[in-house]
Amino acid sequence: MNDQLRYYLARAAQGKMGRRAFMGRAAALGVAGATASSLLATAVHAQGPRRGGTLTVGMQGGESTNSLDPALAASQVPFLYNYCAGETLVNIDPQGNLLPKVAEEWSASADAQTWRFKIRSGIKFHNGQTLTAEDCAQTLRRHSNEDSQSGALGIMRGISSIAVEGDTLVLTTTTPNADLPYLLADYHLPIQPNGGMDDPASGIMSGPYKWAENEPGVRHVLERFDDHWDSSVGHFDVIEILVINDATARNSALQSGQVQLINRVEPRVAGLLARAPNVSVESTAGRGHYVFIMHCNTAPFDNNDLRLALKYAIDREDMVDKILRGYGSIGNDMPINAAYPLFDDTIEQRTYDPDMARHYFERSGHSGPIDLRVSEVAFPGAIDAAQLFQESAAVAGIELNIIREPGDGYWSETWNTQPFCASYWGGRPVQDQMYSTAYLSTADWNDTRFFNDHFDELLLQARGELDLTRRKGLYSEMGTLVRDEGGLICPMFNDFIDAHNDQVAGWVANPAAEMMGGQAAIMMWSAV
Amino acid sequence: MHPVLTLVIQRLALGLLLLLAASVLIFIGTEILPGDVAQAILGQGATEQALHNMRAEMGLDRPAVTRYFEWLFSALQGDLGSALSNGRDIAESIGTRMKNTLFLASVAAAISVPLSIFLGLLAVRYRDRWPDRLISAITLTSISLPEFLLGYIIMYVFSVQLGWFPSVSNINSGMSFGEKLIAVALPALVLTLVVLAHMMRMTRAAILNVMQSAYIETAELKGLRRFTIIARHAMPNSIAPIVNVVMLNLAYLVVGVVVIEVVFVYPGMGQYLVDHVSKRDVPVVQACGLIFATIYIGLNLLADLISILSNPRLRHPK
Repeated sequence: MNDQLRYYLARAAQGKMGRRAFMGRAAALGVAGATASSLLATAVHAQGPRRGGTLTVGMQGGESTNSLDPALAASQVPFLYNYCAGETLVNIDPQGNLLPKVAEEWSASADAQTWRFKIRSGIKFHNGQTLTAEDCAQTLRRHSNEDSQSGALGIMRGISSIAVEGDTLVLTTTTPNADLPYLLADYHLPIQPNGGMDDPASGIMSGPYKWAENEPGVRHVLERFDDHWDSSVGHFDVIEILVINDATARNSALQSGQVQLINRVEPRVAGLLARAPNVSVESTAGRGHYVFIMHCNTAPFDNNDLRLALKYAIDREDMVDKILRGYGSIGNDMPINAAYPLFDDTIEQRTYDPDMARHYFERSGHSGPIDLRVSEVAFPGAIDAAQLFQESAAVAGIELNIIREPGDGYWSETWNTQPFCASYWGGRPVQDQMYSTAYLSTADWNDTRFFNDHFDELLLQARGELDLTRRKGLYSEMGTLVRDEGGLICPMFNDFIDAHNDQVAGWVANPAAEMMGGQAAIMMWSAV
Repeated sequence: MHPVLTLVIQRLALGLLLLLAASVLIFIGTEILPGDVAQAILGQGATEQALHNMRAEMGLDRPAVTRYFEWLFSALQGDLGSALSNGRDIAESIGTRMKNTLFLASVAAAISVPLSIFLGLLAVRYRDRWPDRLISAITLTSISLPEFLLGYIIMYVFSVQLGWFPSVSNINSGMSFGEKLIAVALPALVLTLVVLAHMMRMTRAAILNVMQSAYIETAELKGLRRFTIIARHAMPNSIAPIVNVVMLNLAYLVVGVVVIEVVFVYPGMGQYLVDHVSKRDVPVVQACGLIFATIYIGLNLLADLISILSNPRLRHPK
């Protein structure tokens, strides 16, 4: 790079030269537009966060039924705004490490059953009240109440007692749990004054932004909370979230500059959108996966030979190509991939093998078509994926009969009810939580009806195992069990695809979830 | 009593009866859908315990008939209740959404109704010549395209390429009237294109129908200008069918624009209703249904009355 260009770049990054002017000078120096644009983006990033400006986000996943009560958050917009207005005890950084937030430090007893969280002093709620350990305790109590409708109830069941000692929160778990702090980073669990017992939907929390306007399903506006303790987050003055559920409308809004950041770019348009000037498409390999699930206790799927036949009869590579357009990776019939800590990458990858499929199918003794229930809401492209599955299975002599279910009511009438259907999982921060949520015999959402005593033992053993090597070995064994005996057919792990324009900077991929694990709005900054 | 007054009262009573029937139908419809509000809210995360708690709290465990009559009586007293899904007051939420919907519908109607009638008159004036053909070709093309596609095309041209108007038509109470007009420019344009053809074609057909009459010939023999004959003599006699079509289209502008609302992210009633249907939020669906039914029945009633009043033979029965 010549000195002149470097000089212009530095001036542009510091905001002393307009973007347009920089692009013009760069072009005069013979640098192509796309190159100049990415040079500038890198320079702006290196310059570090800048305060001020308004971030307008266009998002799918908001409804007029959304509430400010974090316990009821279930879609993408509440997921994002709860991380703006609220703050959890700990958070998880892009590398998968724990980050202190409301809790300053923490420690576990040797048996990993008693956990002590020291609460940071001087944190203020938006109403001026000081945050105490008692508020934290009350928050967790509210979510663990059986009467609560909290999405975090499943997590809280593992906690047997919640106590406060001065500025320390003491949690005791029913069984040893080395992963407890990870679970407390859940987006349902931001700390509320008195735990939100008085007014759960008040929106008063301790996050870097406070509520200004709330029109569910339309628009949410938050303003920076000046008394927030952490200056490393909250760079924009105002965050405006527009609910744009239509994918084409979201892309247009980004291209026309009405919004600076969008979520859920469809894989089939991601390549095209990336070609638009000033737009960056951010694809993040995550833990979410698209699945076909069989009930291991229901005929004909109670026969492991038939389950194996179906697992061999699916063409994973083809699905990643056609359904995800390359924005994803192949699965291995277990819910864990390299995005998880302690993943064992030596477990053999299962591939499409019609001969093996035919062999196991004949051994199972089953004949006749197999019903597969599917709906467009199961995951994006689910119907196409089912048809690909039907084709590849037909080569092995297995006849799949696809039944299209209405999207409305799919999660109550089909998923977790019918023995063979399509579905998706968003993934969890750690392996233990993923397995406890859906593969433990007693799990509420054991959607493959996987009842395996040995697996349950291994899971409990791994939970209390503080030695990482031994733990990894246990997880490897569990993954292999699910892969070879479970009811899960996991053809692919999907990437999160978000996009932003060059008016904002600071994007860091986070495998936890879309929008930098929900942190995009509080961590990015204005680049103009 | 004056026969017209009797007629009006009869129509009104009939309208109320229709409304009641509509509310029953809507209620039955929401009852037979699979799943209920508790399942819809908890989604994939529903456990038996959480479902049970939520149903008990919302009173969903009581019989449907009881819930229907309770709702009907409080609705008659102006209390629409609060949404099951997020506890917000329905009347308040609907109020804002309704205002938005009516605003967009009014803007679209203010452009499309005069324009379509004028184009209709013009088409008759230049019947079977190129202006008539051109008007028909353009309006029929725009009505034949699906409205979301029309929306995307217009969005691409006027927002992404030219940058004249915003692609997101979000309006809020902090905006001035002018800002709101600019915000709804694109959806209003699409809606105009969608409803234009129907009203224009009906105006043209209805006027051509009376153009064969003897009194038109008389007017021509008097030496009146052709456009004057159409506007002053033919038009008043073909008002009934035109008004009917105009009212149908106005009703459509209020109750049928959910697709346009989604494409342009406009916070109107349609989107509000769809969100709550998918959450099985019966009180909201009932309230929206009732409002939509009222508008539909009311506008049709108005159309009937106007066509009666525009016809002297009906105004002064022997």
